[in-house]
Amino acid sequence: MHELALAIPWLGKRNPAAARGVVILLAVAAPLIAMLFGKTWVRILDFAMLYVMLAIGLNLVVGFAGLLDLGYIAFYAVGAYTFAFLASPQFELHLPFWLVLPLGAGCAALAGIVLGLPTLRLRGDYLAIVTLGFGEIVRIFLNNLNQPINITNGPQGINMIDPLVLFGWDVSKPLKIGEEITVNSLFQYYYIFLAFVALSVVLVQRLQVSRVGRAWAAIRDDELAAKAIGINTRNMKLLAFSLGATFGGVSGGLFAAFQGFVSPESFSLMESIAVLTMIVFGGMGNLAGVIVGALALTALPEVLRYVAIPVQQALFDKVILDPEVLRMLLLSLAMIFMMLLRPAGLIPAYSRYSRPELVVGKEGGK
Amino acid sequence: MITLLEARGITKRFGGLTALSDVSLTIRKGEVYGLIGPNGAGKTTFFNVLTGAYVPDGGELVFNGTELPSGKPHQVVEAGIARTFQNIRLFRDMTALENVMAGHHIRSRANPFAILLQTRQAREEERLITERAYELLRYVGIERFADTVSKNLSYGDQRRLEIARALATEPQLLALDEPAAGMNATETAKLRELVQTIRHDGVTVLLIEHDVKLVMGLCDRLAVLDFGKKIAEDVPAEVQKNDAVISAYLGGHGNHKAGAAA
Repeated sequence: MHELALAIPWLGKRNPAAARGVVILLAVAAPLIAMLFGKTWVRILDFAMLYVMLAIGLNLVVGFAGLLDLGYIAFYAVGAYTFAFLASPQFELHLPFWLVLPLGAGCAALAGIVLGLPTLRLRGDYLAIVTLGFGEIVRIFLNNLNQPINITNGPQGINMIDPLVLFGWDVSKPLKIGEEITVNSLFQYYYIFLAFVALSVVLVQRLQVSRVGRAWAAIRDDELAAKAIGINTRNMKLLAFSLGATFGGVSGGLFAAFQGFVSPESFSLMESIAVLTMIVFGGMGNLAGVIVGALALTALPEVLRYVAIPVQQALFDKVILDPEVLRMLLLSLAMIFMMLLRPAGLIPAYSRYSRPELVVGKEGGK
Repeated sequence: MITLLEARGITKRFGGLTALSDVSLTIRKGEVYGLIGPNGAGKTTFFNVLTGAYVPDGGELVFNGTELPSGKPHQVVEAGIARTFQNIRLFRDMTALENVMAGHHIRSRANPFAILLQTRQAREEERLITERAYELLRYVGIERFADTVSKNLSYGDQRRLEIARALATEPQLLALDEPAAGMNATETAKLRELVQTIRHDGVTVLLIEHDVKLVMGLCDRLAVLDFGKKIAEDVPAEVQKNDAVISAYLGGHGNHKAGAAA
């Protein structure tokens, strides 16, 4: 959050405390502002929070450890389907969320290790191809595991997934506070997701400024040198894969509960690429950048959807370009301009793997 | 004198080329040991075998009385051997301080859970690592660049930083691969001082070097490699008089070259 505050132009550097206040205020008030434009926007905001979590997790793998992963959405799928299996009529299981969500995260972490083990020696392009294949394999499995025995319900997906019920508090129902105020479930979900995002940010920052974060950065910068200073590159890479996957798994579980429905088409290659685009757009390796990138690239296409159709209708009396087509076009254009103007992303990463202020008499003035 | 490292009959082949053939040498505790030889003599190959980057085709390395694992660099570092590279290999995007802190990895213990929970132990360890990293930067004389991203450091300072990073692993044997390459006379003189300080502080140094003046002045003993074979091992004054060494460097009788062509 501190980094997000610093990233605010002008104010961030002059008055970090005020900037931090602005960040908190915005985060808390966001759904209220979105509500001005309609309920749909609150819903989009909820999804944006899930994407932020995904981006934070993928950034850990790609941005910190330098392992290019094009199949990251598979972990999202594992988390979502674990939740769907254990809390839906599919198997007549309705386990509580505090059991299902960690299980989903655990399964995703395991999937991360399964992906990591055979790819330990691969780097760059080769790793990207294998991870891409892994992502597709998971999706195709989900699509086809409806026979001989029906596990995933195939392309139809799993329906009627239990909503989040936190110790008796059903998030999917309006919450009544006193007589006057009722809080819509979309708002409740937002604040729960926000809490998860905040927790993720804290955890990832702790990892970054630690021997683990430094080991990842070392592997990213020069794997041979990393070995030469005694880093067990195999373990550290597996750790990156599994921890990164954990965030994907948690996000997937929340997605399943929020949406109430999962199907394989939510976990296509395009989704993996979308998440990767978010972190490249925002600034790979920089948490603030990654968050801003995820928010921007989730919101932008939606803005487009709600603007493009009315505008075209007003101008030409019919819709010439489908918003979906426009979306890909504009995303690509955004990426091209970003790479030309700011190759390191919206908020470029800088080295932050230490806290010099820990040592008495040293300024942490970076 | 106590033996720190003993190499027994190390052989390494790359396809048809024998880069090291039956090389045996002994490094004693507390000395500066030089490894010299013409280009392609196998010095760096020996380094890579020693530090676990290559698995040798024959022979064994005994360090402190126990056999070193081959092909497992991180275990070699744990055993107490650190190295630098001929072409500097720093973590380019990390600051000087962070490079050294990364070097502490093997000597620190905090596991991911302790880090996520920020236990008192993990925090204390992090503080200690930071402190020691500053000390090491001061030791090699680049403390003022602690917050500089390492790729922006001058060439000589990058060399020093690499040495500091290697020292952070708390080695008993520090292996320097051509540390003076590309340095000017002043920088070389400073480097010599640094190596002497390091030795004085109890770390044994293995030095690969082309700068003959530096090697002769700095090393207690040296071994000379030529076409993968050890042709001499002695104190510098004796090595300088050795016929085989002279012919290897000046191309004397050419019998070694004939051997390699075969």
